[in-house]
Amino acid sequence: MSFNFHRFWAVVVKEFIQMRRDRLTFGMMVGIPIIQLILFGFAINSNPKHLPTAIYAADNSPFARTVIWALHNSSYFDLTREAHSAAEIKTMLAEGEVQFAITVPVDFSRKLLRGEKPDLLLEADATDPSAVGFATAAINQLTFSVLDRDLIGPLAKLRGSSPPFNLVTHQLYNPESISQYNIVPGLMGVMLTMTMVMITGLAITRERERGTMENLLSTPVHPGEVLLGKIVPYITIGYVQITLILVAAKLVFSVPMVGSVPLLLALALMFILANLAVGITFSTIAKNQLQAVQMAFFFFLPSLLLSGYMFPFRGMPDWAQNIGECLPLTHFLRVVRGILLKGNGMAECAPDLWPIALFLLVMLTIGIKRYRQTLD
Amino acid sequence: MSASDFAIDVRGVTKKFGARTVVNDIAMQVRPGEIYGFLGPNGSGKTTFLRMLCGLLTPDGGSGQCLGLDFRRESNEIKKRVGYMTQRFSFYEDLSIEENLDFIARLYEVPQRKIAVQKSLERLGMVERRKQLAGTLSGGWKQRLALAACLIHEPQLLLLDEPTAGVDPKARRDFWEEIHKLAAAGLTFLITTHYMDEASRCHRLGYIAYGNLLAHGTVAEVVKAGGLTTWEVSGENLPALAEKLRGLPGVEQVVAFGTTLHVSGRDAEKLRANAAPLMTDGQHWTKIESGLEDVFISLMETAKDNFS
Repeated sequence: MSFNFHRFWAVVVKEFIQMRRDRLTFGMMVGIPIIQLILFGFAINSNPKHLPTAIYAADNSPFARTVIWALHNSSYFDLTREAHSAAEIKTMLAEGEVQFAITVPVDFSRKLLRGEKPDLLLEADATDPSAVGFATAAINQLTFSVLDRDLIGPLAKLRGSSPPFNLVTHQLYNPESISQYNIVPGLMGVMLTMTMVMITGLAITRERERGTMENLLSTPVHPGEVLLGKIVPYITIGYVQITLILVAAKLVFSVPMVGSVPLLLALALMFILANLAVGITFSTIAKNQLQAVQMAFFFFLPSLLLSGYMFPFRGMPDWAQNIGECLPLTHFLRVVRGILLKGNGMAECAPDLWPIALFLLVMLTIGIKRYRQTLD
Repeated sequence: MSASDFAIDVRGVTKKFGARTVVNDIAMQVRPGEIYGFLGPNGSGKTTFLRMLCGLLTPDGGSGQCLGLDFRRESNEIKKRVGYMTQRFSFYEDLSIEENLDFIARLYEVPQRKIAVQKSLERLGMVERRKQLAGTLSGGWKQRLALAACLIHEPQLLLLDEPTAGVDPKARRDFWEEIHKLAAAGLTFLITTHYMDEASRCHRLGYIAYGNLLAHGTVAEVVKAGGLTTWEVSGENLPALAEKLRGLPGVEQVVAFGTTLHVSGRDAEKLRANAAPLMTDGQHWTKIESGLEDVFISLMETAKDNFS
């Protein structure tokens, strides 16, 4: 039972020929990305609350504490992390650990008392503009009255028509809040999920449905050779789709590409493999092609809705976020947006790579375990 | 002849699907170069038995060897030496003739693959049509392609599952000519079929019903073992006579064959005694040798009583 390269290659060659002859699948491969680009090229809005926020309070005065508590009470911000340096804040935002970071400068209360209107810095991860819009508006509102109760006695004169301090907002990564910047790179992951799962799901059930599986099993070919031989051609399809989206992102939607495209292409391989593994596992369960398609949709819908593609991830209830965390698309979206919009490197992507790797491993194990070498 | 001289030598082969026993304790011995016909009604377990021999299904019981290899443990080795032709055309309809042959040749790691494919195309007479998609071939040509593909790795044993279903008589005859030529060259065949004319072209036969092997041997042996007495009746008013005969004790089969009627039963005396009152001047009664079909139908009827 050793893997034989010649037999594996025989399956690869056969799959390529069949792929070329199957016009419908070929059309799907190119058509789906184009249709989705048109359909999802617009923004999908929502009003997420309880967004994780990091605080870097260089000035720990009563005024600063009041502002921070007011932010917390607004229900838009959850103060999840405390930073001790500007660099730390930068990392948290890049890795997507927090959506917002608030920096209270060192001389905040001193300047405030002198009536010099100090700055309060709000940095927002605006890769998904709809996720930060409402929260930013809320904090702006807050600045007018938040300190009213602290400004009493001689300080009362600081209360007035203009806020006692300036809120400086930095919309990081996507300063103009262009939703296409968020949607279009995300589309890459959505499309790969949809087509990769479905195509592999069909590829094996088709053999069973047409009766060719019986023939294949009666030859000395091993399961590993068949599965890998079927996967390889679809990896190339995956890359065709990625290229298509990247070109459209650049030329049609002018999405910035801050990070390394080769890194993105390299990391995409694991995501493609994860989806192919899902397809293969489905095809070992599905009895015919129709069932395979149904199962592909069963997987695709939660991926679409819960991954943070359709709705801001942090706007979803906890249970939905927990499901989302299990889906490879959720993590791949962070990787794609991270690389393209934030210019993330390998280190920042790592926290989202191992969940995809784990998913791949689990799926592959189930798939190979379930693939039968007999017709029993 | 010692055990290892058989191409197939298995005993006690059993397969259950859930609570249903599909193949029940079957023993089979096939000599090298022999054409063994495997007959039985639909759903009797023929295909299941073939699939177990080539490792497509795991038997629930049984032991023995196939081409000198343990048929339960060494199915991977057996696969390399066996050609299996499925009941349904199971090559790729969206691949051309040549691509199909090439794919199978690669899977079996046929040495000098290109030459083997070329030779196969020549023998098929399909050199000019090599680029034609297999899905566009007629039934007869599909069957020839399937046979050619099964032969490309030069197997020692061919398992053919109803190879001539849906093929016209001329193509069927050519097919059997080819089989006999190959058998003469030393190839062993195990062929399932429903056609009696094909059964009589086999060297030896096995008859299976409800998972049980009911009879086996040469055509003459099977007929003899059937122990059937058959009368041929010709003359007037045969349909009316047939009606009267049916249901009489001892009369097991009344079958119309063109202008004659075949009346058979296993108990010769009982049959004669009960049919005697009907042997009138209008018809002509002759005792004839029972045919394979009469025997098989009788076997099946008996099996139905015993097993179903």
